Parts: sequence; structure tokens; C-alpha cells
Amino acid sequence: MVIDTSKDLVPARPTGIWSWITTVDHKRIGMMYGITALVAFFVAGLQALLIRLQLTNANGTVLSADAYNQLFTMHGLTMLLIVVMPVGAAFMNYFIPLHIGARDVAFPRANAFSFWLFLFSTVILLSSFVLGGAPDGGWFGYAPLSTQLEEYVRMDYYAVGAQLLGVASIMASANFIATVFTMRAPGMSLMRIPVFTWMAVVVSFLLIFSLPIFGVGLFQMFFDRNFGTQFFGGGGDPLLWQHLFWLFGHPEVYVLILPAMGIVSEIIPVFSRKPLFGYPFVVFSGIAIGFMGFGVWAHHMYTAGLGPVAEAGFGVATMMIAVPTGVKIFNWIGTMWGGKIRFELPMLFSIGFVSLFVIGGLSGVTHSVVPSDYQQHDSYYVVAHFHYVLFGGGVFGFVAGAYYWFPKWTGRFLDKRQGLWHFWLMLIGFNLTFAPMHILGLNGMPRRTYRYGEGLGFEFWNQVATVGSFIIGLSFLIFAWNLIRSRKHGELAGDDPWDGRTLEWSISSPPPVHNFDEIPVVEHVDDYWHRKYATDEEGRAVRMPDVSGGTVAADTDTGGDDSHEEDMHMPSPSYYPIVAAAGIGTMGYGFVYLPVGWIVVGIGALITMWGVFGWSLEPVTRGGEHE
Amino acid sequence: MSSQAAPVEAHGHHDVRPIRKAAMWVFLGSECMFFGSMIATFLLFRNETADGPGSELFNIPFTSASSFVLLMSSLTMVLAHNAFGNRDARGTRIWLAATALLGTVFLAGQIFEFTEFVHEGLTLSSSSFGSAFYMLTGFHGAHVAIGVMMLMAMFYLSLDGRLYDDRGLNVELVGLYWHFVDIVWIVIFTVVYLLQV
Amino acid sequence: MTDTAHRAHPTPRLYWLIAIFLAVVTAIEVAVPQIDALDPIKVPLLWILAALKFFTVVGFFMHLRYDKKLYRTLFFFGVFGVFPLFIVVLLSLHAL
Repeated sequence: MVIDTSKDLVPARPTGIWSWITTVDHKRIGMMYGITALVAFFVAGLQALLIRLQLTNANGTVLSADAYNQLFTMHGLTMLLIVVMPVGAAFMNYFIPLHIGARDVAFPRANAFSFWLFLFSTVILLSSFVLGGAPDGGWFGYAPLSTQLEEYVRMDYYAVGAQLLGVASIMASANFIATVFTMRAPGMSLMRIPVFTWMAVVVSFLLIFSLPIFGVGLFQMFFDRNFGTQFFGGGGDPLLWQHLFWLFGHPEVYVLILPAMGIVSEIIPVFSRKPLFGYPFVVFSGIAIGFMGFGVWAHHMYTAGLGPVAEAGFGVATMMIAVPTGVKIFNWIGTMWGGKIRFELPMLFSIGFVSLFVIGGLSGVTHSVVPSDYQQHDSYYVVAHFHYVLFGGGVFGFVAGAYYWFPKWTGRFLDKRQGLWHFWLMLIGFNLTFAPMHILGLNGMPRRTYRYGEGLGFEFWNQVATVGSFIIGLSFLIFAWNLIRSRKHGELAGDDPWDGRTLEWSISSPPPVHNFDEIPVVEHVDDYWHRKYATDEEGRAVRMPDVSGGTVAADTDTGGDDSHEEDMHMPSPSYYPIVAAAGIGTMGYGFVYLPVGWIVVGIGALITMWGVFGWSLEPVTRGGEHE
Repeated sequence: MSSQAAPVEAHGHHDVRPIRKAAMWVFLGSECMFFGSMIATFLLFRNETADGPGSELFNIPFTSASSFVLLMSSLTMVLAHNAFGNRDARGTRIWLAATALLGTVFLAGQIFEFTEFVHEGLTLSSSSFGSAFYMLTGFHGAHVAIGVMMLMAMFYLSLDGRLYDDRGLNVELVGLYWHFVDIVWIVIFTVVYLLQV
Repeated sequence: MTDTAHRAHPTPRLYWLIAIFLAVVTAIEVAVPQIDALDPIKVPLLWILAALKFFTVVGFFMHLRYDKKLYRTLFFFGVFGVFPLFIVVLLSLHAL
């Protein structure tokens, strides 16, 4: 077939459910990650509210101990693996190609596969509630508790679900790394990449190198439960699981927070109307956090009895990781310093991020001190700490990103009045919920216990926390309503509503399927800003008259020949990714219910083979030369 | 600031081969962690035989022979890749078949070895040593089996001259994967077999 | 990041020579545990010989010597990352 009419050069945006199932467009895949994660966020929020109701009064009667164990385990698993990581993946999918001036990620079909496998593993994990009970051994799944009771499928759901999520993440990460290292637009040297994309690269490396370790641990747990191996029981060693788990679990913490840091590093310069203060420092401190994040895992294991040498070493390493984190805080403050700050919603949430993250970071430093940690271990003080970092940090950052980029996704603003309600309710509710937990923890309230006795003095602050948690819930209902309504009825935003600095604002909102009509040629950090503004003698930015928003073709003499029409061939849609992922998901269900499940595993393996072989042998591009 | 650092040509098709190779190398780096974790587990449990059979079962001459077979399959693989690069379809086909055959011989040897050990009482559940041994060598064997399947897919493509089409998988990537499986065995052979006897 | 690292690709003749070299090293490896005189240095010696084979295959058969520096960086993160991590794990579990 010969396609050579000019209108075919710009692929049309297909519609309908089949087009979403077969899509390989990174923007649609990003959207689907985001929507799935948002739904899971409400599920996890509901779990949290049930936990809070149970703990409101001494000897709570809302939940049984069994239900409580399932809920706190699944709240952790859902928030970490099915909400925050995928929200990060949503932003990365959508914005890595836009930030580096590419038309798609390196492997569009593998990208689709990663999403579908993530979705099926999510279904597996969440469906466990109605199929014999959800995992109840904590998100950390410590052996030997997690390897007991072989007839009891709950921790098999954990082993299988987390394993498949890991496979999906490894593939997605390899994809992002290949994309950033090989598909950047001309002139987009590594030190011109937007900070968010840099953080995405660091996150991808962390996942690539930490998830396989977790994978081995999960296999061992699964084998111990189902095949009678002796990794953690018998002649084995339960501490091996703790090492394997935290070798993944600690880098995972940075996987969760670095994308939010990247988002905030994009937002603060735009709303301060200044370039990011010390761009190389922000980038290198992110890389340093990534490296050091691999060297501090055992600070989760102080009370396991590592011995004084290991504890001292890990304690010092943990304190040192506060340094690159602190560097970033100062860079954000330095960016705002002397800037013309506009308190738009993304900026408010970003400032919320910085403030709350500082509190969480400081309580984190107190954990690094070994004797102090002995007292805090397994108390609510720890719960307070990581919620300040992951909710006050992570979720605030992602919400900031949602308000910032919603106009790029839809062409419309999120409603500002509702957004302000969301912000203040979330800020107040968050602090009401989690600040009291510092006090509860230092007064000795243990975590992961389903009730506490009377007369311990825990009631008052628990009641405050419960009230706060419902305020957070209310704020997110407002947010959900805002998202749904503004998608069709929000105020029109145009292509560049915030006077943005990075390449995604140079194209239309929502972006066309092929992203860039012409691949831009990049000359600066914040290249799009430099196309809009020149500098006068006193160093002030002066808007150049001739360039407005919209599609700015950087058609300089460095690259204007006609051959660009060729790479308008976008990758063809394919249903093989969802077939392969469905096959693996089927195998997952089979593995949970061994030995009966072997039949299901077999069926799943056949489906997987069909998907994988069809996929690896089908031609890649549509309208290519050779068909 | 140098603006000469553009990694990709401004226009025209990206040459997709370096992109795929970059992803394959990242994946192999990730696999190092996977096998590293299992090798560390084996080292941890190398003496935990629960008074049952352990490393004294190892038949070093036999395993040396099968290690040699896998090592030579790396030679045939690189010759296949070389022929592929010279657009020598016949040579590619022959060396691919030879590689797949050597891989299959290695797998057969492993199955034979496992059967022997189980007869002697070393099983997945007999001791932590057994668990770690079978997990490590079993996952390696699974990697070899997947490699053989990919080699056969390449062989099949070579039969009707479709080897050079633009597809997700090609001889070069299969080759990288195959060599990786070989170098993992180099480490396993030393750590699990030679150092324990 | 540059493509200038390309060197002349090896020839089949070199591949055969390398294969012979690998076979010889393997023979030495198998012999080392049999020689009692080498017992004190057995462990480091076998590790060194394994590393020699490992990097020969990586460098020549996998073309890492001739290919982009990027690939080397990506792969060596894994290869050299895994050692310190698990040495610490094994030390803390008193297994080394």
C-alpha cells in the first residue's frame, strides 16, 4: 500500500474502546495509568478511613483483628505499588517524550504491555478481598509469618501480585531509560533535560536494579509456601527475606518521592518566573540520592540485631542521605527567593510539598540515629514520619502536577475555587491526621495493632487523627468532582496557560498524536522560555514580540530538510500487548491456587506464548517500506 | 555549552538498533541483580544441608563437559551474528541451528544431573542447600530454555528470508541474551561447583 | 554517548582463537581444585579465572569493547553494583 497524500502524514486520533485497548500512544497509556491509580487511590483511602474508624476509641469494635490486618496490609500495598508508583509512571509516560522532544517512547508496544500487566496485577491484588482474603502479613511480608499456613492463599496473592507488578515496572523502566538515552531531540544534551525527566531516569535505574532482588525474595517466599523449600524456615534464615525486601524497599522509597520532587522542580520556576536555582545541583543531588538510596537499606532492620558495626555504618550512611535532599530544599527556596511568585494552585501544592517534606525529612533524620530508632521502631512515630514524606511529600507533589498539567491534557483549567477548597482542606486534614501520630508514637502507641486499651491516654489524639482523615477524604471528593467536571466544562486554557518553560508547552493542548510537527532543535535548558524571552542589559526577561504560544517550529537552518515527513510513521496499534499481559495475569491466578491452578497456569502460558510470538514477529511501523 | 551533543539525527528514521540494544543492556544489568541475589542466597546456605546430601554429589567432570558445551555455544552464536552482519543467510541459519542444538544438549545434561541428585536424596525441599541450588540452577536453565526458543524463532524466520525485516527481535539481541546466559553460567560453575568441592 | 568508540570489528578467526582461550581457561579452572599446592589461593584464583572468562565473553562476543560507551555504563551498573550489596548482606549474616 502506498500512502503519500500529505494529510496522511499527520496521523488522526482514533476513537472507540478498541482504539484504547490497542493503543501504543504514550499519552493515552499515561492517562490510563493515571485513571487506574486514581481509582485505586480511592480504594486505599476507604481502607484508611476504616482503619481510622477502628482506632478512634479504645477497644474499637468496627473491625475484627483479621479484617484490620488485611486492611493495613492492603492500604500499604495499594498506596505504594498501585497508587504512587503508577501515578509516577503516568506522568513519566506522558511527559518524558514531550520533555525530550520525541514522538513516542522507545518501545511503544512494550509500554502498552507494561500498563496492561500493571492493570491485571492490580486486579489480582484487589480481587483477593473476595477470593479467600487479602494479604495480611504487612506490606513488608516478613517471614516466617508470611510463609506459614500453606493452605491459606492470602500471602500467595501478595507474592504473585507484587511479582507481576515488578515485571511490569522493570519493562517500563528499561523503556524509559532507552528513550531518554537514545531518542532526545537534536541539541537536547543530558544537562538540558528537564529535571522531572532526570528524576524519571534516576527512578528507572532504581527500579531496574532493585526490583530483581525483590523478585528473588518473592520467588523464595512463594516456593517456601508452595514447594516446601527452606529459604526462610527450616535451615533457612528469616533475616534473608528482610535483606532482600529492604534492598528493594528502600530504593522504592526514592522511587516514590523522586518523581514528585521532579514535578515540583518544574512548577516552582514557572510560578516564580525564574529559572531553577542551581539546575546541575538539583540533577546531581537527585543522582546522589539514587546511589545512596542503595546503601542504607538496613536502617529498617536496626532492631533485628545486626551488630554495632553494621548499625553504625548504616546510621552514618542514612544521615548522609539527608545532605542531597537538603540541597534540593535549598534550591527550591532559592528559586522562589526574589522571584515574582504567582500563587496559582500548582504553586500552592508545591509549597505544601516542600514544607511538609521538610517535616517528614527531619523526623526521618531522627530515625537514622540508632538508639533513638530503637525507641521509635514499630511505633506511630514511624507512621507519622512516612506519611509526611509520602503523602505530604509524594501526594502533594503529584496533585500539584495534576493541577499544573491538566490544561495540557485537556485544554482546560481545573476550577480554581474548588481547587482552593481542596488545597486548604487537604493541608488542614493532613496535619490533623498525621501530626498527632508523632505524639502517639513517642507515648508508646504501637503500629499494626488493631486496638489499644483504655487508660493509656491515646484516645484524644486518635480522635483528632480520625477527624483529620475524613477531612482529607472530603478534599479528595472535591478534587474528583473537579477533575470530572472540568474535563468538559472547565475554563479554556490555551496551549501555554502558565507561561511555561519546557517543550510540552510549545505544542497544542491536548497534544497531537505525533506530539511535534517538527522535532525541535534545542539550544538551552528551558528551551521554550528562551524562544519566548530575550534578556535586556540588566538581565531582565523581555518577551519577544513575534513568538506566541502554539506550535513553534524551531525550523532553524540546522535542520530544515524535507526528510522529516518520513518519521511521521507512528507505531501501529497492536492487541498483542494486552494478550500477552492477560496470559501472564491468568498464570498469576493459577499460581495462587496451586496445585489445582497448574491447569490455569498452562492455559495462561499458551495465551502468553501467542501474545509474545505474535508481538515479536509482527512488523513495527504502519505504512513502512516493506509490506 | 556544546550543542554538538545531539545524540540522534534531526530527521529521518531513528536507527532503532541502538535503542533496542540499550534496552537489552539495561535488562541484562537488571538480570545481574536477579542472579546475584540467588548466588548470594546459595552462598548463605552452602553448608545448610541438614545432614543430608550436599556438594559431595557434584560430578565435576560431567558438569565441566556441559559447561564446555555452553561455552562453545557462545562461539557458534557469535559466528551466527557475524554471518548475519555479512548478510550471509545460509551461514546465519547453520550457526543458529548449531547454537540451539548446543543449548539443548546443555539442558539435557542439566535434566540428567537433576534426576541423579534427586535419586541421591537432594531435592528442592530436603535442605536449604537444596532449595538454593535448585532455584539458582533452575532459573538459569529456564533462561537457557527461553533462549533456545528465541533461537528457533530466528531459525524459522531465516528459512524464508525474513531475518532482516524490522521486528522486535533480531539475531543481535538474541545473541546478547545468549552470551549473557553463558556468562552467568561461568559464575555459577565457579561459585556453585568448583568452590564447593 | 559518541559513536567514535567504534573499532574494527573482530573476525571469525579471532572468535575461534577466543573460544580456544576460553576452553583453556576452563581446563585450568577444573584443574585448580585438584592441585593441593594451590589450596591456599584456590578461592581468589578461581574468582579471577571466572572474571577473566566473564569479561572476555562480554568484551569480544558481546562486542562491548567495540560498542557504545552507553551500553557499558548500563551493564556495569548491574555487574559492579551487585557485589558490594551482597558482600554486606553476607557479612551481616555471618556467612563470609
